[in-house]
Amino acid sequence: MNYRDEFRDRDIVKGLAARIARLTADRSEPITLMEVCGTHTMSIYQYGIRRLLPPQVRLISGPGCPVCVTPVGYLDKVVAYARQPETIITTFGDMLRVPGSSSTLMLERARGADVRIVYSTLDALALAERNPGKRVIFLGVGFETTAPTIAASILTAASRGVTNYFVLAAHKTIPIPMQLLSADPELGIDGYLCPAHVSAIIGADAYRFLAEENGVPCVVTGFEPADVMQGVEMLVRQVVEKRSEVEIQYSRFVTREGNPKAQAMLLEVFTQADAAWRGIGVIPGSGLDIAEKFAAFDVERGFPVEVEVPSEPGGCLCGEVLKGKVAPSDCPLFGKACTPEEPVGACMVSSEGSCAAAHRYGQVE
Amino acid sequence: MDTDIILLGHGSGGKLSHQLLEELIIPTLSGVPMAGRNDAAVLEHNGSRFAFTTDSYVVDPVFFPGGNIGGLAVNGTVNDLAMVGATPLVISVGLIIEEGFSRRELAEILTSMREAADRAGVSIAAGDTKVVPRGKADRIFINTSGIGFFNHTLEINGSNARAGDKILINGTIGDHGIAVMAKREGLELDTDILSDCAALNNLIEELLEEGEAIHVLRDPTRGGVATTLKEIALQSDVSITLDEAAFPLKGAVRGVCALLGLDPLYVANEGKVLVLAAPEAAERLLERMKQHPLGRDAAIIGEVTAVGGGRVQIETVVGGMRGVEMLSGEQLPRIC
Ligand code: SF4
Repeated sequence: MNYRDEFRDRDIVKGLAARIARLTADRSEPITLMEVCGTHTMSIYQYGIRRLLPPQVRLISGPGCPVCVTPVGYLDKVVAYARQPETIITTFGDMLRVPGSSSTLMLERARGADVRIVYSTLDALALAERNPGKRVIFLGVGFETTAPTIAASILTAASRGVTNYFVLAAHKTIPIPMQLLSADPELGIDGYLCPAHVSAIIGADAYRFLAEENGVPCVVTGFEPADVMQGVEMLVRQVVEKRSEVEIQYSRFVTREGNPKAQAMLLEVFTQADAAWRGIGVIPGSGLDIAEKFAAFDVERGFPVEVEVPSEPGGCLCGEVLKGKVAPSDCPLFGKACTPEEPVGACMVSSEGSCAAAHRYGQVE
Repeated sequence: MDTDIILLGHGSGGKLSHQLLEELIIPTLSGVPMAGRNDAAVLEHNGSRFAFTTDSYVVDPVFFPGGNIGGLAVNGTVNDLAMVGATPLVISVGLIIEEGFSRRELAEILTSMREAADRAGVSIAAGDTKVVPRGKADRIFINTSGIGFFNHTLEINGSNARAGDKILINGTIGDHGIAVMAKREGLELDTDILSDCAALNNLIEELLEEGEAIHVLRDPTRGGVATTLKEIALQSDVSITLDEAAFPLKGAVRGVCALLGLDPLYVANEGKVLVLAAPEAAERLLERMKQHPLGRDAAIIGEVTAVGGGRVQIETVVGGMRGVEMLSGEQLPRIC
């Protein structure tokens, strides 16, 4: 029975729950904490963590599921590329079922498009080298965790002289939308559970402006249940003690500075750009475009395609869900017209999407 | 969005598969809406009962740590018969081979089939071989069908779960699915996880000595333990509560699951059986399992808490509570 270890230890988690309860015992106003990252959302649902917290402590999910924040227009572009001859689309699995305006990659694959699931960008690059007569396009969706791997693949392709490997880039960065959301009075965010993997790259200091200028406590937190509970405890303590600092719960992986090598690669291959977020709109400076020097690997610059006019799925509240304003079960389509089999919005597709997590793990007596 | 074509998810063993069966396959083939669905059909002829089942195997890769498609095809059909309480007697084998497939590998697969049949005590009584042009099949597909007989009058099926029943499993979960996935092209993780692929009829026969106490037997293959228990909860119209901390799980399986963003509860098994049995017999069954080579890590993982509801919920390792639903679509590695 190897299911237990210290990060899943029931007694440690119970102890943290008791501490959180003590800290909030004589407090009636709510403490609203946002977990920005989809992996936290998953973990919170999977381990039933909300049930361990006092009613004053509210956890809301943020825009940290990369598939979910990718706008419909991007998927329409993907579908258009998938329909091109001599083209192989390579992607991480989650993208397959995300609805575009009128199709999905899964439907395109069933109709004959060459769509391959890969586990790393270097697999996609190897595929390009094995198929010199084809255009191999990697779907560059993700945050600062996946962006360095894309950068690495572009650098490798450049050094090996590979000319048929391309990226359809839609990378996003996390801290700027966090600032936008923390300024929203309707949300009233009292603290952020900052992502684990992203922070390992960008470093905890990347959130300092949030704590210092916007007065929002930040704790970089790991994914295991004991990590999440400890992260919540540290945030609640900051709120109660009226502090706002950047603290690192996940110190076994994250430092203040982050990973300088990965940061240097990002700087070399990408430039900061505006990015469109599903449900939120365009956020200035929140995206990464392929730098001019590597334009040859940008499929949009090399081979523009005609794309249908994007139409958002009717009735889907993904945008509000991503901002933490609406809980999945508040969406009138949830579990009815919108299920993981026939998802209406992206939040029901990705394993890290709030709607999918709520659908899979939500039903408790 | 139109679904005028068949998607891979329709074959995943989850909700889409159920929809296709209920809406198209069963009504068209049998002319009646789907009633109970079990691993094998139990039929009666001239007053004697027998069980009949069929299954096709398309595993990729064909050779995986702990076995290959041949052993899998024999054990799978043997297990389907055992899950309704039947003693497997004969099986048939249909081979669909892609042009260019290695003769040496075919020999290896056939040897595994023979060995698996011997171990399970069944004979391979009929067969067929087809070869299709290169590219028209992926290396080799195998179909097996099987017939079993009953030497008892017990009714064992998915609608038989009762309030108070204990739920047992004969060992660690997720081994097969992770062993196969770890060897997929492009992943090639360096693990020592072996498939649990095995014939369960011998173990089941010993368990059946507990007679009436055994209500449901089901092997949690595609869709894993979660999907299988949800099916049973719906079929028997009962509610089930599981204890996550009680689940036998190898550290390496948990590690790969964490890496790929998979939930071991949804990962396939090929040598595991879920037993729902009367509570007074549960400890004895657990002992019987533990005495058997295929049940050393057996555990009681939950119970049927109420009649009605069709719900499954799980107390998590850390003491939280969450619902358990069927696998939806394909379970794919996550994006980051
Ligand atoms: S339940 Fe479906 S339609 Fe509603 S917000 Fe979530 S993804 Fe969109």
